[in-house]
Amino acid sequence: EALVINDPDFQHEDLNFLSRSQRYEQAIRKSSLMVMKLREYGIADPQEIYWFKSFVHRGRPEPLDLHLGMFLPTLLTQATPEQQDRFFMPAWNLEIIGTYAQTEMGHGTHLRGLETTATYDPATQEFILNSPTVTSIKWWPGGLGKTSNHAIVLAQLYTQGQCKGLHAFIVPIRQLGTHEPLPGITVGDIGPKFGYDEMDNGYLKMDNFRIPRENMLMKYAQVEPDGTYVKPLSDKLTYGTMVFIRSLIVGDSARSLSRACTIAIRYSAVRHQSELKPGEPEPQILDYQTQQYKLFPLLATAYAFHFVGAYIKDTYHRISGDINEGDLSELPELHALTAGLKAFTSWTANAGIEECRMACGGHGYSRCSGIPDIYVTFTPSCTYEGENTVMMLQTARFLVKSYTQVSSGQRVTGMVSYLNDLSRQRIQPQHVAARTVTVRINDPVSLVEAYKARAARLVEAAAKNLQAELNHRKSKEDAWNRTSVDLVRASESHCHYVIVKLFTAKLSEISNAAVRAVLTELCLLYALYGISKNTGDFLQAGILTDTQITQVNQRVKELLAIIRPNAVALVDSFDFHDVHLGSVLGRYDGNVYENMFEWAKKSPLNKTEVHESFHKHLKPMQAKL
Amino acid sequence: SMNPDLASERQTASFSVEKLTAWLDGGAEHTRIRRAVVEAIESDPVFSRENQYFQTQNERYEAAVRKAVHLQKKMHEMGWTEDGPEFKYIYRALSGDIAFLLHRVFMRSISVLGSDKQIAKWIPLATQYQLIGSYAQTELGHGTYLQGLETTAVFDTTTQEFILNTPKISAMKWWPGDMGRSATHTVVFAQLYVHGKCYGVHPFIVQIRSLQDHSLCPGIIAGDIGPKMNFEHIDNGYLMLQNVRIPRENMLNKFCEVQPDGTYVSQGSQKINYFTMTTVRISLISDEVIIPLMKACTIAIRYSVVRRQSKLKPGEEEAKILDYQTQQEKLLPPLAAAYAFHFINNYLQELFNRGYGEIQRKNFDTLPELHAFSSGFKALVTQYCTSAVDICLRACGGHGYSLLSGLPSLYTKIVASCIYEGENTILLLQTARFLIKCFTAARAGQPVPPSVTYLAAVKPEKCPAKNKLDFLCPETYTKAYQHMAVRLVSSTAAKLQDLIQSGVKKHDVWNQCTVQLVQAAKAHCHYITVKNFVETVEKLETKAGIQKIMKHLCDLFALHGIFSNAGLFLHDGYLSGAQMDMVTASYLDLLAVVRKDAVPLVDAFDFTDKSLNSALGSYDGQVYQRLYEWAQKSPTNKQMSPAYERYLKPLLHNTLSKL
Repeated sequence: EALVINDPDFQHEDLNFLSRSQRYEQAIRKSSLMVMKLREYGIADPQEIYWFKSFVHRGRPEPLDLHLGMFLPTLLTQATPEQQDRFFMPAWNLEIIGTYAQTEMGHGTHLRGLETTATYDPATQEFILNSPTVTSIKWWPGGLGKTSNHAIVLAQLYTQGQCKGLHAFIVPIRQLGTHEPLPGITVGDIGPKFGYDEMDNGYLKMDNFRIPRENMLMKYAQVEPDGTYVKPLSDKLTYGTMVFIRSLIVGDSARSLSRACTIAIRYSAVRHQSELKPGEPEPQILDYQTQQYKLFPLLATAYAFHFVGAYIKDTYHRISGDINEGDLSELPELHALTAGLKAFTSWTANAGIEECRMACGGHGYSRCSGIPDIYVTFTPSCTYEGENTVMMLQTARFLVKSYTQVSSGQRVTGMVSYLNDLSRQRIQPQHVAARTVTVRINDPVSLVEAYKARAARLVEAAAKNLQAELNHRKSKEDAWNRTSVDLVRASESHCHYVIVKLFTAKLSEISNAAVRAVLTELCLLYALYGISKNTGDFLQAGILTDTQITQVNQRVKELLAIIRPNAVALVDSFDFHDVHLGSVLGRYDGNVYENMFEWAKKSPLNKTEVHESFHKHLKPMQAKL
Repeated sequence: SMNPDLASERQTASFSVEKLTAWLDGGAEHTRIRRAVVEAIESDPVFSRENQYFQTQNERYEAAVRKAVHLQKKMHEMGWTEDGPEFKYIYRALSGDIAFLLHRVFMRSISVLGSDKQIAKWIPLATQYQLIGSYAQTELGHGTYLQGLETTAVFDTTTQEFILNTPKISAMKWWPGDMGRSATHTVVFAQLYVHGKCYGVHPFIVQIRSLQDHSLCPGIIAGDIGPKMNFEHIDNGYLMLQNVRIPRENMLNKFCEVQPDGTYVSQGSQKINYFTMTTVRISLISDEVIIPLMKACTIAIRYSVVRRQSKLKPGEEEAKILDYQTQQEKLLPPLAAAYAFHFINNYLQELFNRGYGEIQRKNFDTLPELHAFSSGFKALVTQYCTSAVDICLRACGGHGYSLLSGLPSLYTKIVASCIYEGENTILLLQTARFLIKCFTAARAGQPVPPSVTYLAAVKPEKCPAKNKLDFLCPETYTKAYQHMAVRLVSSTAAKLQDLIQSGVKKHDVWNQCTVQLVQAAKAHCHYITVKNFVETVEKLETKAGIQKIMKHLCDLFALHGIFSNAGLFLHDGYLSGAQMDMVTASYLDLLAVVRKDAVPLVDAFDFTDKSLNSALGSYDGQVYQRLYEWAQKSPTNKQMSPAYERYLKPLLHNTLSKL
């Protein structure tokens, strides 16, 4: 960290004052330097590279992300040894800069809908790549617009007159040397976006563009010289990559929300406003109950997501050993769980970041607060790597499947094992009602049970509604669609339960008593706040009574006051460096106002004392009127 | 040519779009005038917004100033006047992308707070743009809480002047629009001191820049506050005052005056100083909040019938994403809300016009109600519309994230409305204070304004609905909302009372109940919105074609509110669990019903393509073609990036391969 932050080569003007082209240029400059310095220092460990990169770019996207994060790894996993010889070292030395072109203008999460074609021509032993429609133009891949000279393109493979589905091809797109687009290739930047200013997300259109047969990535599926297609062994393997990337997003949700909380909570301790007691000076806004109610549940959420992110990563590493040995039994559940948690955490963090920003009042809106930047960088994660609603429905599919198994007398294992209890409850209809008195609102373990009961109820309700629709209608797809709002709710409640469960389980692992005490308070706040925001579910299922809900609401407010003295310490524990936080409001030293003034003086509009608009427009107008 | 997926949606409309548009405008004549204004503005290239997504902060600011100057010429040419029927449509036609908006607030504050003499002196100068005004209230360290402002104005009897000062950094004026670069004058709010005594916050007209060369006046430090999430075209500014002297006559003195000997005279309510804010709050709801939501709905809904994804039925082509229930669940409640808020805005305008008449006659009785309403609805509507625009943005998947979709800039602009002109939480607490007061009065049998008489009714009852169709009866759901609002207000009042009786200090009591108070204020505003929607639909009886679809939207708005706040309605058993299932069933049924008219319902908002400025939302639905062509105009594609020559080339060739 210090290595990068103190390096004069990585300094530059505040990005907020630069145009998009300038931000792109700065990012490229830093990436180039970074690659050279990594070699110079001999840093090769992936974890160390990750940290180095994250400090160079201060956690921001950069144009080589796709080269390093997708192009190189895809070569390693999907290229044959011969292909690795041809492409890997040039790519490692950045003579080849690549990207990964999957999404098209008209097609996103639903991969089978992609339209780009790769038609095999046995006469010349080449694939002919085409973008047959406007909707099939590759759109969005990072680094594609201006930076890359190669792309791994996903296209529908046609050979011997048949479509064999999606496959990956290495396509050169720009001339080595001049960097001009090759004939048959139309490539460019897709224009300005909400965020990701330093990334040249691009478009790519191919017209009868020919590549040699050897450019199809053929470690698994193959096309032989005569056009014969050889099928891959298993397609479940690609699940592994998706699980991995989605688990990263869960971690990113935790990190981005933690950054926003750090800024908002520190600023709320510095900002004074109005009066609580007549005659006394204006209090810190963090002393207002409404401000605590906005921020502390988010702080608790940030901690909860940290633990969830760590859990998924560990589970993935644990079972990826099994996967390599061909044991895929745990993969479906992990895949379903990760999809839902990716959606749950990114939705929550997305809204939470904005709440943090708004809790900073007007100054949160200034780019100097740093939160607008966190938000625009984070918000696309609700869409990329699987649109959230679609993800929730994938989880729901798994839940319904598990429910059906239980209904037909089988037992299910893992996080959904609570569904096993449902059949017993049907025999004893009083069971649910009898349990209401047993929820103890100060005991996290008891609250896990309450969340479990809610998930069970909503999964069951969704599954039953789905069955009812199926009885009415012919088409399975139609019935599924007409139940999808219920299904998403079921998935959400399942994910919510998993998070409360994981947070609670984490508490027993903490050896330091003071740390355990404060995290227990946060865990309780997370669980109780979740109940108070979803009281309908708990009331309707008879899990909690009116009186208990009133107690929950009251307890939430008590916890706010209990957490208040530790609030700043809890965000300091996230240990973000000021440079990484990139916020005037969230500075560690709290010297907010004088630094806002210093920052504003550097604004591009302030470059001259009298702005040129005065001479160009104002003065002539005043003369005329 | 028209995208066939969009064309088919229009063929099945259950009502006449043109009729609905006319009704929304308040009559066909208004529609005609609005269209004429929009046409005149949009056909003038100076007002074009086509390149705005590619422009830097400096370019945006310059364009906004150019447009503001050009608008004066245009108005003259077209014969539009500030009192004419065209005026209110100009801002809509420009999508607010223009400078000198604070100049108007400057003028309004002088008209409301200034004496006749002051009006006669300043208003003509401002109208002729011989000076450019701003309105400097907020400080670096102080926002919504006005009493906390730190700028001082000390009266000097010897010179008959006020001496203005910024005593410390947190007292610097910060945020006022048009002040960073443009304004020559501003209304400064400062603590008035006469003979060492503080009389609270008052408004003063202060010149900050030379009328000759625009340089800063002595004692003034001012500039732009730097880049923001949006409003790049506005030069929000900072202002520091160092012993700046202004004549006694520059204090706006319609209601309060400092006489030459330093005697302080106040007539009428102190509260009148806040009246400008009430006015601004009400006026921003339509242009800054509801219209952006209508635009976002238009873009997202049109795009959702053009975009196809996955298959609903095997063997068929990929389905329009609006046919997915989850997509309907995202987009149709915001659409219903856009209509609901359009109607509540009409209601507020009426309330305001009546109240304003009274105030002109120096009768301030309606002020508390007006203040409470403008605060509560400003908060409710801005908060709801902001999250609805965000939903629209994310409902457009990846393409929503492109600036060319138009959605990010709608979002970043509307989101500011949750903070400016009063931070929402604080505003809701002001409404809550009014409600608690009225509740206490009503329960004691004292008269209260008609809008809150419902608080007097105490009927512990249950919802009578027996099946899901019963929930399509407006009386059923309006009563449920009313019951919920009364319950939340009364239980909060009881909690306040309990805490006071148990000996807790008054200020602590208030702070301990604020979370509940905010909830009660929201419930009240939500109830009034539903009630007003129902009444609006009832008045529609003669226009049957429109009434049916409006009734569906009203039902949808109301049931969505119950569905998504289920706990509030279940809490005391007003609705049973079984009834909540009926609500859910009716609500989901309505989604499918409103789905059929979704495109005509957004067409009725009648936005031109230029005004939407979106590749995804155009009327003809040629989404992909437009996105592709527009992207190619991006500066990143027109110029060869210096990044290649400077960094990429060495990276690709020499330097690195040697390592």
